Amino acid sequence: MSLDKATVAKIAHLARIKVPDDELEDLAGDLSRILSFVEQLNEVDTKDVAPMTSVAAQKLRRRKDEVTDGGYRDAVLSNGPETAEGFYVVPKVVE
Amino acid sequence: MSYIQGETGDWEIVIGLEVHAQVISNAKLFSGAATDFGSEPNSQVSFVDAAFPGMLPVINAFCVEQAVRTGLGLKAEINLQSVFDRKNYFYADLPQGYQISQFQQPIVGKGEIVLDLPDGSSRTVGVTRLHLEQDAGKSLHDQHPSKTYIDLNRSGVALMEIVSEPDMRTSEEAGAYVRKLRSILRYLGTCDGNMEEGSMRCDVNVSVRRPGEPFGTRCEIKNVNSIRFVMQAIEYEARRQIEILEEGGKIDQETRLWDTTKFVTRSMRSKEEAHDYRYFPDPDLLPLELEPEWVEDIKRTLPELPDDKKARFIQDFKLSPYDAGVLVAEKARADYFETVAKGRDPKMAANWVTGDLFGALNKSGKDIEESPVTAENLGGLIDLIADNTISGRIAKEVFEAMFETGEKAADIVEKKGLRQVTDTGAIESSIDAVMAANADKVAEFRSGKDKLFGFFVGQVMKATQGKANPALVNEILTAKLKG
Amino acid sequence: MAELTRLTMAQALDGLSKKDFTAVELTEAHVGAMEAVRPLNAYITETPDQALEMARASDARRAKGEAGPMDGLPIAVKDLFCTKGVATTAASRILEGFVPPYESTVTANLWRDGAVMLGKVNLDEFAMGSANITSHHGEVVSPWSPGAPGSWSRRIVPGGSSGGSAAVVAARAALGATGTDTGGSIRQPAGYTGIVGIKPTYGRCSRWGVVAYASSLDQAGPMTRTVEDAAIMLRSMCGFDPKDSTSVDMAVPDFRAALTGDIRGLRVGIPREYRVDGMPAEIEALWSRGVEWLKAAGAEPVEISLPHTKYALAAYYIVAPAEASSNLARYDGVRFGRRVEGGSLNELYENTRGEGFGKEVQRRILIGTYVLSAGYYDAYYLKAQKVRTRIKQDFDEAFRSCDVILTPTAPSTPFAIGDNSDDPVQMYLNDVFTVPVNLAGLPGMSVPAGLGGDGLPLGLQLIGRPFDEETLLRVGQAIETAANFTATPPFMA
Repeated sequence: MSLDKATVAKIAHLARIKVPDDELEDLAGDLSRILSFVEQLNEVDTKDVAPMTSVAAQKLRRRKDEVTDGGYRDAVLSNGPETAEGFYVVPKVVE
Repeated sequence: MSYIQGETGDWEIVIGLEVHAQVISNAKLFSGAATDFGSEPNSQVSFVDAAFPGMLPVINAFCVEQAVRTGLGLKAEINLQSVFDRKNYFYADLPQGYQISQFQQPIVGKGEIVLDLPDGSSRTVGVTRLHLEQDAGKSLHDQHPSKTYIDLNRSGVALMEIVSEPDMRTSEEAGAYVRKLRSILRYLGTCDGNMEEGSMRCDVNVSVRRPGEPFGTRCEIKNVNSIRFVMQAIEYEARRQIEILEEGGKIDQETRLWDTTKFVTRSMRSKEEAHDYRYFPDPDLLPLELEPEWVEDIKRTLPELPDDKKARFIQDFKLSPYDAGVLVAEKARADYFETVAKGRDPKMAANWVTGDLFGALNKSGKDIEESPVTAENLGGLIDLIADNTISGRIAKEVFEAMFETGEKAADIVEKKGLRQVTDTGAIESSIDAVMAANADKVAEFRSGKDKLFGFFVGQVMKATQGKANPALVNEILTAKLKG
Repeated sequence: MAELTRLTMAQALDGLSKKDFTAVELTEAHVGAMEAVRPLNAYITETPDQALEMARASDARRAKGEAGPMDGLPIAVKDLFCTKGVATTAASRILEGFVPPYESTVTANLWRDGAVMLGKVNLDEFAMGSANITSHHGEVVSPWSPGAPGSWSRRIVPGGSSGGSAAVVAARAALGATGTDTGGSIRQPAGYTGIVGIKPTYGRCSRWGVVAYASSLDQAGPMTRTVEDAAIMLRSMCGFDPKDSTSVDMAVPDFRAALTGDIRGLRVGIPREYRVDGMPAEIEALWSRGVEWLKAAGAEPVEISLPHTKYALAAYYIVAPAEASSNLARYDGVRFGRRVEGGSLNELYENTRGEGFGKEVQRRILIGTYVLSAGYYDAYYLKAQKVRTRIKQDFDEAFRSCDVILTPTAPSTPFAIGDNSDDPVQMYLNDVFTVPVNLAGLPGMSVPAGLGGDGLPLGLQLIGRPFDEETLLRVGQAIETAANFTATPPFMA
């Protein structure tokens, strides 16, 4: 599998990573090498094999419906790059 | 079938609904933060909800129970194994960069909802599935000219997404669907159905087609937050699509927004780019496994739901399907009615509840829970009619006073001296006085003008301030007029 | 007080209980050592004041007879564990300035048992790497590099991603360190630096508060200089945590008590598929020596087959990046860490993540995004998870005929910084022996076993049944005893 620059640019946007145009070529090469490498999986017969959902052989535990967390707004906001009036702040989003 | 008349012929609307219903629970789906509405911004946020590094989800047992209960209420299949997936996309109020949802294996499969239509008929709409997922936070766009403010209080609150089949054909049906679903959720106690506070929101899928043809391209109208808007949005959107098609255009599959000030749908800019959600099973969680006995236990404790209640009201109380439908639409109404009807004439109880009471509540903008007249007191009023203490006409007056003051019927009757006159002597003397004062009319009556009987009744009632027992008045008056 | 930094944990506990020295003295010696090894670039954040405060509290506890199982032992913490009030970076620029308001479960367990935090150590960015060369804080130099700081003839990698942990333990600048292992990140650097490292069974150690790389593979574990020390530290680190849905509710054994020295009758599986093409003869020879040592101690070698071994790396390089692409979506410049402004929200995201993530992290996020994207999910991610089931089945089958598996830890001795780094795939091959263990969720351990011709350490790997760390440790100690690995790096504190 070989990725072209346009595909890499598309994935980069999907992942919200800015990649300068002059780096797309190299990146496409790297990613293509990795994809070629992983394609050896096609040799494995996986007919009737269930995909692994969890290595831990156990059931999903459920917790009680009790309020045990939250209520510490200052701690939640303390690392925020931009906050105001108890909110996180980002550039205006148009819906 | 009801079609829309276009310039070039008939069109049929095809509607499917995705309803997001906020689960009633103390804590969030995957964190221990509170779920109360209207709290200070970011005051109900844990590090899990704000997606801090290394934070992990642990599922709330009660939210699972609520989803199962809802599924059972929709007569749906409960999937004993379901899987939580991550739906990946970037948005300011989605802290993890993904929403934990259920994609390929939801907790609830196919079910159904019976719609009660205004003409008293009913129609079944298929439910495709119900799955559990996290709510996102809230973006506030109006706090600052160039900034959006983010409040994560809602982030992580449990939602049930209930998806219908594209089975609806009119906006009325869509409205009836949302009303009925809300009613079921409220009966079950799994969602408060409060659309104004956003605890129930609808995504409406609308397409149009020529009758008999395959489905057309649909548009999704996001986050519509009232039944009225759902219906208006469908009407507008259908017209818009018909107009485009009739002019030879084609419909773009897109996400649209209902503009509540201009009453139009418009394309959502933020959703313009094609999404690729990259669903995959959340590796922080294991598959959710339910024990069949546990599901059975929930099934056993389900309350009587609107459809069953309606059937019972029709059967036991001999109510009309329409009255029964009106009464069971809200559990509080049905409960109210049952209290009133207990040991009394059910038809009379239904008339009072659906007529006078609902009318008065409607006029004053009150919910049944806020009714100044309690069910017990309305029952008391009916008792006074039944034992001839007051007449039906006086009862209306008493009811108005009850609604005003919240007092008991008997107290009002006593205080205002509205007790019905059943003393034949008193009635006779009133009749004598009326006949004496209207000798000419008596003569006319006796010469064959039967219609005047009503006039005499009116005069007698007027003279007794309406308190005379109408049956007695009729009886004595008939005798006396015959002379 | 250099001799205090040469002690093992077991010796230090002994000395503390005999009052040969205090926790404060032991800690002061290590604070000095921490400063002395700065040329290795292993500590990212030094917390000497906190260390001394913890040491004083430890001495007070010991005086009251309330000393815990690790009381007074100074350790280093991989900077992937969130530590309350102490910067946590995951060696990424994107977490610049992030100070967690909470403590990870694993480190909280260690402090509960009395351990003393010296500081936070370097790693590959977000634990993505095999050489500790992708850190935003710069690469870590192995203390085994020939020569001395300033005049190293070759700057050798300590392995990765827990390179800082490995370097400070090998250089005697901590009695032990926490590591995390997603595809070999504890065992491979332990092997490269001549120390012991355990990746416990998936679910043994809580992942709560550990910056996630690949959730279904990540597992924390101890890195120490002896097997006994690993047993001591592992016991404190693991335990059931209701805050992690994948944590297993099982009693934690006294791992140290499992070190009976008796491995007679144990069947040691030797997987034939691990004889990979181009494996250096000295690795092959070391492996054979390992078999002989265990045989001499009374164990019985059996040949086993793990037929899907060769596909493990490929499956790993789909599953791990896929999970990472999603796990790392939260680093968006909105709630914590570094933000690079932009005219719109999307620009803010793209600038923040474009500048905040290094190249290897970006590569893995992009690969992960691609293999999950519409139209490719079945061919890549689903296929990889199926192959993973096959790999797990291989191990299940193998453990019918053996009790523990012996392999080399890595296919070569460590390389120099700058080598191997052009081609990402070439770099990934370092993990060929360790990755299958993560894919199957099994416990694995690296024990130092000798030196290569270049004078650099070589390790042997043991793989156990799920939750059978005890057998792993017992066999590990047998190798340790037989190998009698006494070599020390040229540069030590």
